[in-house]
Amino acid sequence: MSCDLTRSALHGYFDGELSAASNADFKRHLQHCSDCVLELATQEFVRDSLQRAPVYAFAPDSLKQRVRAHLRSGVRTDASPQRLIWKWLAAAAALLVVALLVWRVPNVHDDDDYQAGLAAGIVDAHVRSLQPGHLTNVDSADQHTVKAWFDGKVDFVFPVRDFTNDGFSLLGGRLDIVQGRTVAVLAYARSGHVVNVFIWSTREPEESARAGARLGYQWVAWQKGNMEFCAVSDAAPAELEQLHRLFAG
Amino acid sequence: MSDLDPEDGLRFERLVLPHVDAAFNFARWLLRSRADAEDVAQEALLRACRFFRGFQGGDARAWLLQIVRNTCYSWLEKNRPRESMVEFDEELHQQPLATPESIAMAVEGRERLTRALETLPPRYRGLLVLRELEGCSYKEIAAITSIPLGTVMSSLSRARRQLHCALVNPGCREAIA
Repeated sequence: MSCDLTRSALHGYFDGELSAASNADFKRHLQHCSDCVLELATQEFVRDSLQRAPVYAFAPDSLKQRVRAHLRSGVRTDASPQRLIWKWLAAAAALLVVALLVWRVPNVHDDDDYQAGLAAGIVDAHVRSLQPGHLTNVDSADQHTVKAWFDGKVDFVFPVRDFTNDGFSLLGGRLDIVQGRTVAVLAYARSGHVVNVFIWSTREPEESARAGARLGYQWVAWQKGNMEFCAVSDAAPAELEQLHRLFAG
Repeated sequence: MSDLDPEDGLRFERLVLPHVDAAFNFARWLLRSRADAEDVAQEALLRACRFFRGFQGGDARAWLLQIVRNTCYSWLEKNRPRESMVEFDEELHQQPLATPESIAMAVEGRERLTRALETLPPRYRGLLVLRELEGCSYKEIAAITSIPLGTVMSSLSRARRQLHCALVNPGCREAIA
């Protein structure tokens, strides 16, 4: 990262803490700084992972009960008598984690697992993009403007097309990170629904189109040339299929 | 014994008790141990009880977390004096290894995230927990950690950089352990 703003204003922007004027300045800066765009995508990815991991440690009920008891009875409460039990439970939980890890590891390279992981990563990225201000790095319905924005930001070339006449209006584009890979995303509006089309380069032999659903979102994935596409939305599956045909045509 | 009259007791239950999870989570991350966090969070809550009359109203979560932080730091100084002193060596860890791709690969999985967070000095770990897990504003973070409001952003930037470094580079871990 060579842009200095990745160490300063970017964080205020990411945290929604900049003044309106600085926010607008930084948004303009994002239009042409790929360092910041990529760093922002990374920050979002890490935050999302932290919040989903989940690493938040909720208080044991015993702690709440002891504080309540202290408030009500006025009797001094000593350190947890159940601490030993907790230690045993923690040890058991650690064993369980190890057992799960051992059980999971041989499956990591399984093709089905890869597909499922990819679908999960894409749906997560779709959900992330629906938060206010996260959908696009470049807002434009003009395919040339969007295409020019991607120049130099990804190392592959792909078609950027607006399908307003067919009911899919181009909203813009952004960079995102899915399964450790930088991907290009085109965002479309379809009668009140947002459709994200994720695009990345692939060397895999061409496969037929695949579709699935996760957490109430539909996805359709297809390949064309050396490009992999995956459209995600909460719109009906037939509508995603229509978008697939538009891209293929 | 409880230091509050019944009326204040009810107010404490209404304003402060909803934040017991926040208190415990913050302590767990500062101390890196659930068992220690349970004891120290309890101590902090009892202290909060004692000081509650001095609470002027306002942000009860920030007020409680400030007490949790101070209680954790006192506990660390007493029980693990080396740890509370360690600061991250910025120069040593300024390695170009942390690309977005390598970070993205590294955050797959809770164990790795947990381990990376735990390698950071308590100061940075606390900042990240307040911002990313607790969703605190910069103003709240400044109130809880006693760092000037104007430096919250740059401190967070440093904390995030170090988390990214720890995620992709085990060397960060060794230097701190």
